[in-house]
Amino acid sequence: MNGDPKLERIAKGNALALCATGTWTASFAPVLERMVADAEKLAGGPQSIFIDVSEVAKLDTFGAWLIERLRRSLTQGAVEAQIAGLSANYSSLVDEVRRVRATPVIDSSTITITGMLEQIGRTVAGLGGTVAGLIDMLGAVLAAGGRVLIHPRSLRLTSTVHHLEQVCWRAVPIIVLITFLIGCIIAQQGIFHFRRFGADIFVVDMLGVLVLREIGVLLVAIMVAGRSGSAYTAELGSMKMREEIDALRTMGFDPIEVLVLPRMLALVLALPILAFLGAMAALYGGGLVAWLYGGVDPEAFLLRLRDAISIDHFIVGIVKAPVMAAVIGIVACVEGLAVQGSAESLGQHTTASVVKGIFFVIVMDGVFAIFFASIGM
Amino acid sequence: MAQDIQNAIQDPIIRVRDITVQFGATRVLDGLNLDVKRGEILGFVGPSGAGKSVLTRTIIGLVPKVAGSIEVFGVDLDSSNTSQRRNVERRWGVLFQQGALFSSLTVRQNIQFPMREYLRVSQRLMDEITMAKLAMVGLKPEVAERFPSELSGGMIKRVALARALSLDPDLVFLDEPTSGLDPIGAGDFDDLVRTLQRTLGLTVFMVTHDLDSLYTACDRIAVLGNGKIIAAGSIADMQASQHPWLRQYFHGKRARAVVT
Repeated sequence: MNGDPKLERIAKGNALALCATGTWTASFAPVLERMVADAEKLAGGPQSIFIDVSEVAKLDTFGAWLIERLRRSLTQGAVEAQIAGLSANYSSLVDEVRRVRATPVIDSSTITITGMLEQIGRTVAGLGGTVAGLIDMLGAVLAAGGRVLIHPRSLRLTSTVHHLEQVCWRAVPIIVLITFLIGCIIAQQGIFHFRRFGADIFVVDMLGVLVLREIGVLLVAIMVAGRSGSAYTAELGSMKMREEIDALRTMGFDPIEVLVLPRMLALVLALPILAFLGAMAALYGGGLVAWLYGGVDPEAFLLRLRDAISIDHFIVGIVKAPVMAAVIGIVACVEGLAVQGSAESLGQHTTASVVKGIFFVIVMDGVFAIFFASIGM
Repeated sequence: MAQDIQNAIQDPIIRVRDITVQFGATRVLDGLNLDVKRGEILGFVGPSGAGKSVLTRTIIGLVPKVAGSIEVFGVDLDSSNTSQRRNVERRWGVLFQQGALFSSLTVRQNIQFPMREYLRVSQRLMDEITMAKLAMVGLKPEVAERFPSELSGGMIKRVALARALSLDPDLVFLDEPTSGLDPIGAGDFDDLVRTLQRTLGLTVFMVTHDLDSLYTACDRIAVLGNGKIIAAGSIADMQASQHPWLRQYFHGKRARAVVT
């Protein structure tokens, strides 16, 4: 009974009958569509045409619609093509599709030069919005911080500690490992190239200055932006998607105070700690390589290190850490709260959070370099 | 031939035997048996947390079971190979409680998603069928280009139903389709399910808490309690039942309001 669908043309007197047989369902949709397209070419012929569906074994929306489509194409002027032999089972389905409007409304947006220019314009104008958004968030966080200073009990201590564990304690192994390896690589490269000038020992100077002033904090900040900034954005974003943030607001809580401030605080506390640990790990790694690969024994290394670096180098590095943490946190929270209803939007904002976070960290590092150079540190 | 058809009708479309599902130490379903007949609308009720959704998810293969067998369309889902299973999955549609629409696709793309994957048909036909589905679930064509985040709760349910019906399935699972809808919207939804069942010959497995749905839409009702089906039958059977939970459910304050 369930055979392949067919559409046979049978002449009946001066009329042409299109006899549909077999299974007219979704599984056969491609075949059906071709057959119907063929039959549609009969429109405009001299004969009157009707569609006989009495032999159809099975019909679903696809089949019913294609028969309806055929009927519409064969309808000429006021003379409607008829459907004959419709069983009672399927008449309601055919009635249903008969109500469907033929042409779907689809706005196809084509790419034009003006459209592209408009896009560029909007992106540039959006940059200003980004900066304004960051400043806005900075203000909101500072205001919330001020309120917490006045009423210290309103600080979400549990939440802060929880986030501190997430961004600081749990980050220690990976941060220490990576900075250790970077320290090793810097020392190895330094020794390899300095050896040609017989200046092996200066690798200690380079390592100390580089790690304490720049690499230590910068590397850790970039890792934290990737690790914790993205997590903040995803957390806040999915909370936004599920209206949790709206719920907080209606209960009279300030989302900045409840959600953003503890995260910011945790990050600002965590980054100096991680930067310090990272710097120590890098120095340790560098020292190890200098000893095993460069033949600088630990005693000489430490002696040289004490001469080469002053406390200033350390301060320059560590002072940058909380500022970078604040930048990462603000970017992450702004992006998180900007998430719209879709999963795609969450992905885009998480990406933007990491990219912008790293970008601003590097910009801040440049600004700090100019600042410290001009005050002579 | 008439005998064949008779057999086909009698043959259950879903046959669940001795299903046991366990999460950790808690046994949610305990040796549960259930048959769903071809062409019927089965209402599935039970106290909150009794495992109604768990059973639905077990049948559609989202929750692993400890013991028992499930046959859908006569195919044992445990011993079936991938292509058999794919075939079964093509013939059922699922409406999730929250709609579960793909948030980054428009309504039109959501409805066309299964078609695009399973059928090789022209974009034109897909668009036309989408419009037909939207009309069937009572939505305007303009909705097609909207994103799920721009829809109301009731519209999300309707679009989700349209997506579940995208490939003209023989069987649909509805998980609390009328929850969160206003009474008029819920009533419309019940009518819609009834109409679709009639026009498309659907079998409907409906988890619900809505007494109105049970009275107006369902042919048969199954009640879940203590991990088992404690009663199954028509609404009249349910009202006649002496089981304490059923008595409370069908003779409580809210139930009386529906009946009178």
